[in-house]
Amino acid sequence: MKLNRRRFLLGTALAGGALLVGYAASRPSRQSLANENHAAQGQTFLTTWLRIDPDNQVTVIVPHSEMGQGVLTSLPMMAADELDADWNLVRVEQAPVDDLFANGVLIKGFAASMGFSVPALLDRGMDALTLKAAEIMNMQITGGSSSVRFTGEMGMRTAGAAARQMLVRAAAEQWQVREDEIQVANSVISHPGSNRTATFGEMAALAATYEPPRSPVLKRPEQFTLMGRSLPRVDIPAKVDGTAQFGIDARPEGMLYAAVTTAPVFGGQLQRVENIDAVMQRRGVVRVVELEDAVAVVADNYWRASEALKQLVPHFTSTEHDQRSSADIFAEYDAALESGERNEDVAVGDASGALQSAASVVDASYRVPYLAHAAMEPMNCTVHFANGRCEVWTGTQDNLGIRGQVASAAGLDETEVTVHPFYLGGGFGRRLPTSTNTIIQATQIARQFDVPVQTLWSREEDTRHDYYRPAVASRFRAGFDNDGKLIAWENAYIGKNEPAEAAHIAYQIPNQKIDYVESPTHVPFGAWRSVAHSQHTFFLESFTDELAWQQQRDPLQFRLDYLSDKPRHQRVLREAASRAGWNTPPQAGRARGIALQESFGSIVAEVAEVSLTEAGEVKVEKVVCAIDCGRVVHPDNAASQVESGIIYGLTAALYGQITIEEGKVKESNFHDYPMLHLAQSPEIEVIILETEGAPVGGLGEPATPPIAAAVTNALYALTGQRVRELPLRHYQFLPTPEERGANRA
Amino acid sequence: MIELTINGQQHSLDIEPEMPLLWALRNELGLTGTKFGCGIAACGACTVHVDGRAVRSCVTPVSAVQNTNVTTIEGLAHSATSHSAGQSSVSAARTDVQNAWIEHQIPQCGYCQSGMIMAVSALLDSQPDANEEAIKNSLSNVCRCGTYPRISRAVRDLIAARQTSRSQEETV
Repeated sequence: MKLNRRRFLLGTALAGGALLVGYAASRPSRQSLANENHAAQGQTFLTTWLRIDPDNQVTVIVPHSEMGQGVLTSLPMMAADELDADWNLVRVEQAPVDDLFANGVLIKGFAASMGFSVPALLDRGMDALTLKAAEIMNMQITGGSSSVRFTGEMGMRTAGAAARQMLVRAAAEQWQVREDEIQVANSVISHPGSNRTATFGEMAALAATYEPPRSPVLKRPEQFTLMGRSLPRVDIPAKVDGTAQFGIDARPEGMLYAAVTTAPVFGGQLQRVENIDAVMQRRGVVRVVELEDAVAVVADNYWRASEALKQLVPHFTSTEHDQRSSADIFAEYDAALESGERNEDVAVGDASGALQSAASVVDASYRVPYLAHAAMEPMNCTVHFANGRCEVWTGTQDNLGIRGQVASAAGLDETEVTVHPFYLGGGFGRRLPTSTNTIIQATQIARQFDVPVQTLWSREEDTRHDYYRPAVASRFRAGFDNDGKLIAWENAYIGKNEPAEAAHIAYQIPNQKIDYVESPTHVPFGAWRSVAHSQHTFFLESFTDELAWQQQRDPLQFRLDYLSDKPRHQRVLREAASRAGWNTPPQAGRARGIALQESFGSIVAEVAEVSLTEAGEVKVEKVVCAIDCGRVVHPDNAASQVESGIIYGLTAALYGQITIEEGKVKESNFHDYPMLHLAQSPEIEVIILETEGAPVGGLGEPATPPIAAAVTNALYALTGQRVRELPLRHYQFLPTPEERGANRA
Repeated sequence: MIELTINGQQHSLDIEPEMPLLWALRNELGLTGTKFGCGIAACGACTVHVDGRAVRSCVTPVSAVQNTNVTTIEGLAHSATSHSAGQSSVSAARTDVQNAWIEHQIPQCGYCQSGMIMAVSALLDSQPDANEEAIKNSLSNVCRCGTYPRISRAVRDLIAARQTSRSQEETV
């Protein structure tokens, strides 16, 4: 864990005898793409706050966004477990709340000094707990599969343990007994020797007079009462009856709706707009707003706005990219890989020497296209300017990061911006503050009104103005010695992205040379679930499979041979293979493929079993996934995240392709950017493995990377055709063994 | 005026006859449980019931649903037919489908689930004898969180529970 040691606990009493305990730490920002706001401060705060009221209710403030990953349940479980609270008495709140951002001077003061005076806040008569959480949360990103493993492990558990220790001390003082004679369970403190009991609430006021312990003792796993259990997720009931509120559901009084068309070629500027007069005659239309690179129609109903927008004829400036296509970009990639400047990623031994002396050499080139995120909730943001301030209603992966962006776009101070958080209708990286063109646009549009304006992108707009998973090309050469031992691995790929280790290999190979070449394009890119792992794992694990077949080795055994120093990797491979029946032949017409990757602290092996339809299309019948995430906090939710990650990656492998034509994105909606449906969804079996003493690993992303290679490796086993470019929907495979091979459709 | 009956309530709306039902619901009536996903009937997030049939409201003009009963996710539990109400111990304020969604912990981000629940409810009601495979093949709603494996299991359970409940009724 790369957390640095700057962390601290804060505790205080609140009016009415409540105890408030908070924990904060700083760590380096994950995102190298981070905006200026982030870069300027260079650190991310992880904070946790919990409050115990005299009525014995425990409130846990969660500083992360709920986008379906279950964070509103798993994080409070971690705090409540250390606290020994009764789960039924725990309430969960998502910070921040309205009016919380009023005191930005204090935020900055806090960030600078890492020392913050809670009582000063109380003097201002604010809700110190939520205010505090919101402030410290500044730059709190929900991403990198980090919530449980960082905020939970470092923050939630520590805050829970500290509060418990303070409550025990209060009871010991009041009862005049030794602390080690006191027991705590289900929000009740007891002293069996004297037969006394008190609730947390009864001890909260006294406990609040103490300084929180600097290093509270955390439980050992065998002492957990909540962690490790699959408690029902707190956000689910509202998601089955239509009451869950997403950003698109914000309805501030008097709100208008904006429909937008942005310059189709990235970098184009709005030149002029025809038909404004006619459009202004349309029912409900309030104004046509011209922005630097877009035009918007604002109306009293979104449909009226978007119908009116169709009647406008915007003209955009031409750009130097107007003729650029995906084919051009891939040609540029090839040229860069041939002769571009190489940057060293990994250098071990002497790969080129070993390749020269190798008994046999295998080479292959791979590539994958751009991908959009296609979150189900189209991008939207509602903004209201009034009285020199600005309110924002939206669902984002970083509420306070967004606040900074809005403030900057609005020319306001951060203290003059209030963000109302909502559920996210899908995140996947699309709603990170590095990918917020919608937010900026919404701010620029709403700035021209004194009523709230909801800017809502059409699906087409979202598909065409995403921050895409980058298209990547990658070339490999590997060499074997006379004994068939893999002695050299050479790889060059386009574009270094995060995480930095995405192209590194787990296999023990004595000579390795991994380089990257930059070949920038005009297409905006951003983090897409599992970021660079999603492309590189397809490349690495496909090529590894090629090597196994070249040596006529079993792909599982071949991998195991080069992982003798990595027992956790071996274990996930063996578990997945064994549960998938690797050593027994699949039924006729089917084959299996395997792939492995470590990402975000978890190690994952997936076995895909595939068949072909009569039309020669791939059908993924079953996926078995074994994941070692160190320790699991919520097993059912972990399984959910793994299923989700597999389907996200499988959708991309089967269908995903964003094509650049004439400088712009060709695809527009689900008819030409297709999605996996229930009928194509494979049976998925998830095996969650724990490793004693290992740090908690992430779950939101690690299941995505291996699935593409698991499927294409299975296809190779079935058809003899090696897939080196995705998506699979462009291939027609020949279904009979006699006619092995495939044709690009 | 456009006359609509939504979740049993009558509304007279001064809106264009060609306005899609989705935008009448979301922007005119404040019923935000029905979601906008694609606008071209390709994802099903906007699914509602019109006289019990699943309809994609983003491409259904309001003029086409006058003199019908429109049910949205907000009204599903109240409009539920006899076999749905009061079957589960989870809550009688929800239908068996909604309860199954909780029991199987299906929603992740949850955005598509209103439409998913409306689509599955209509399929189970209109094809009481359909097996799991048939339901899977007719359900074309998109879920980007990939909750499909859990939806499969819930549908399997729902089919079995409804069959049991029907055969019990027949026995009685």
